[in-house]
Amino acid sequence: MSEYPLSVTDVLIIGAGLAGERAAIEAASQGLNVTILSLVPPRRSHSSAAQGGMQAALGNTAMGRGDSPDIHFADTVKGSDWGCDQDVARMFVEMAPVAVREAAHWGVPWTRVSTEKRIYDGEEIHEDPEKVGLITARNFGGTAKWRTCYTADGTGHALLYTTDSMVLKLGVTVHDRVEALSLIHDGERCYGAVARCLRTGNLRAYAARTTVIATGGYGRLYGVSTNAVINEGTGMAIALETGKVPLGNMEAVQFHPTGLVPSGILITEGARGDGGHLLDKNGYRFMPDYEPKKKELASRDVVSRRMIQHMRRGYGVDSPYGQHLWLDIRHLGAKHIETNLREIASICRKFRGIDPVHELIPVRPTQHYSMGGVRVNKYGQAYGLQNLFALGEAACWDLHGFNRLGGNSLAETIVSGKIVGEQIAEYTKDVSLDIRSTLIDRHVQDQADRIQKLRDRRDGTEDVFRLRHEMEEILREHVFVFRSAEPLAEAVRQLHALHERTSDIRLRGRGLGADPELSAALRLPGMVKLAYCIAKGALARTESRGSHFREDFPKRDDENWLKRTLAYWSSERNEPVLDYEPVVITESPPGDRGYGEATSGPASKK
Amino acid sequence: MEARNLTFRILRYNPETPDVKPYLQDFQLVEEPGMTLFIVLNKLREEQDPSLRFDFVCRASICGSCGMLINGKPNLACKTLTKTLPDVTTLMPLPVFKLLGDLSVDTGVWFRDVSLRTEAWIHTDEVFQPDVPEGKMDNELAQKIYEAERCIECGCCIGGCATANIKPNFIGAAGVNRVARFMMDPRDKRTEQEYFEVVGSEDGVFGCVGLMACDDNCPVGIPLRSQLAYVRRQMALAGWHMSRNKK
Repeated sequence: MSEYPLSVTDVLIIGAGLAGERAAIEAASQGLNVTILSLVPPRRSHSSAAQGGMQAALGNTAMGRGDSPDIHFADTVKGSDWGCDQDVARMFVEMAPVAVREAAHWGVPWTRVSTEKRIYDGEEIHEDPEKVGLITARNFGGTAKWRTCYTADGTGHALLYTTDSMVLKLGVTVHDRVEALSLIHDGERCYGAVARCLRTGNLRAYAARTTVIATGGYGRLYGVSTNAVINEGTGMAIALETGKVPLGNMEAVQFHPTGLVPSGILITEGARGDGGHLLDKNGYRFMPDYEPKKKELASRDVVSRRMIQHMRRGYGVDSPYGQHLWLDIRHLGAKHIETNLREIASICRKFRGIDPVHELIPVRPTQHYSMGGVRVNKYGQAYGLQNLFALGEAACWDLHGFNRLGGNSLAETIVSGKIVGEQIAEYTKDVSLDIRSTLIDRHVQDQADRIQKLRDRRDGTEDVFRLRHEMEEILREHVFVFRSAEPLAEAVRQLHALHERTSDIRLRGRGLGADPELSAALRLPGMVKLAYCIAKGALARTESRGSHFREDFPKRDDENWLKRTLAYWSSERNEPVLDYEPVVITESPPGDRGYGEATSGPASKK
Repeated sequence: MEARNLTFRILRYNPETPDVKPYLQDFQLVEEPGMTLFIVLNKLREEQDPSLRFDFVCRASICGSCGMLINGKPNLACKTLTKTLPDVTTLMPLPVFKLLGDLSVDTGVWFRDVSLRTEAWIHTDEVFQPDVPEGKMDNELAQKIYEAERCIECGCCIGGCATANIKPNFIGAAGVNRVARFMMDPRDKRTEQEYFEVVGSEDGVFGCVGLMACDDNCPVGIPLRSQLAYVRRQMALAGWHMSRNKK
């Protein structure tokens, strides 16, 4: 066995975004030794990109008056299309206001209630003078009250920097530029992880009493995504590869109608909210034909579907980056754009060199959020392996069911960090550190062998970047906004073949040290496995629920599908195996979402 | 119009081969509409040289990962459109920070060290009360704190700073701005003397010689010039108070 550095810690947290860091704070405050691993410096985590805000029923503003956790609960469950775990939603909505106030105590400069004159929808808002100086909130889709707390347009950034400052203060160990390659386990319990240093390429082992996965979502499987480039689902992949831990609801993928082409950077809903139109290649405004009532302002999933439908009919604009449509805000006028839509204008100028006052913005539906992830119970404990936890977007806790509401993702990170973090701390105190060094040796050796094989394989025929693009194409082509049996079956066939081809990767370079091509090659097989789980789960689910829309089964089917998909990876069969568990309904029986006509199926086939 | 053929002259260094001195290598690429350096570098790595090292995370000028010298000037690569560049563009890693390979530098370690040295967190003895409404804060103050909080730690101000380039412990504009953020926050109970110990030195605010490249180079437009002036003024006052108390 080759030499490798071994770190021993009470709690090992993989991922230094908001969820991981918030949980680390909870465990460290209780006297536990915590080590966090991160692909990048913690403050670069994707959490920093969240601009909108986080939902918490504080009810401080005039437009949020009378808000309560009960109403937040109802919105969340309805949003989830009754696919969420209602026990979790209940804990979450009760804790969210506390988590927001705690963040304020730690230093987040939340935007506050002020009496500055404000007009919304033609009416002037009069704030309660008693509430001035308390944390304010803004409007978000799918919420009955104004509930989204924010810090200007940088909520995620402010929260992450503050949370990270607490991590610094508490002396939590953070190892950045480190990538977890596998979990150390014996089929029953998890004992830590094998990781690779992204500075040197050297392997390391981390032994821990409890291990926590907090690596965020898998948006990058789709190639074009609003997600950061590090959101490759690595935490989910290493959990799946244990063969013991299932992933929940991987087919539940959220798309956003207006990702900028080609980068996929988000153009927020505000553009359409303020009166922006979607146009096709002929400059024709097509949304009123599909959704006469709501037009561009139908819900996210509905607008995404209509855009794809229209492009399929041949009205998309051709570009070197594939087909797209136009977003037109020119008629709103320079003054409005420079004030109310300043962020959008700045993104267009910086990233496309387009001036939206005079030019059209190229957009198309883009992957946005992963509702699925490592299936955990309401305490954050992973199914299938003891001493393993997961939280945040990497987990299927399951707060969002089949559709996440805006403002609930950022909220989930710090609320679950607080709730699950406390569980982790309590749990860890009762776990003894009984790890056999031979088990660690074996797991490190497995990874060392993988790396050596990749470096030595001179007869391989596959290029890692090409395979990756093929995987992205398959998902975008067949497992996107619209789904139906034939394309999904095709995706499953192609992903099966693609997975087998990943064992034939040959590096073009020498793969020494922290070589990026080697990193990509080590990561790709896990990513393809996740893609396979998404496609297979989507093929099996013969209904439409939330973001999962089947053209051949356009209605929600509570009789047969009020259940959560569990995907296991069986190494013997070299493919995912699906299982199901019922969704437990505690307070809110399934009903109508009431988001407009298209939520229960296509309004009319044209 | 004929698409341009672009040349990118990129600094190459591989820590695996320390004997090979850093050198410049030319890459060629055909320009596409809407092309940014994010697209360029990924294309080069996937199609021409898989060993090319560089850092991107958000690719939307939010995370600060991709600071580098673009034709000698520090900026974020993600928001740099090729149509703003000449036919030949030189890309170099940011100076000051430790070079990890090619265009990748260790900004994270540098910033973490400065955060620790300046104790960049709220100092208070107050214990959080979960059942009590949050303390009130004037919205203008909240926005003022956020103005300083907006720093994305990309390192462009540090890479362009003459002092930081010659004084290894200088905390630079980013460090001073970070301190300013806590100084104006009433939740932080540090006294001016305590702040003086943190930044009232040659490695802190008095090390700045006022060339103001930081202010010119900040890609998110933080008013670093005024933040430096603010902290300098606070520290001058603290020094004056301390010398008076001695008498």
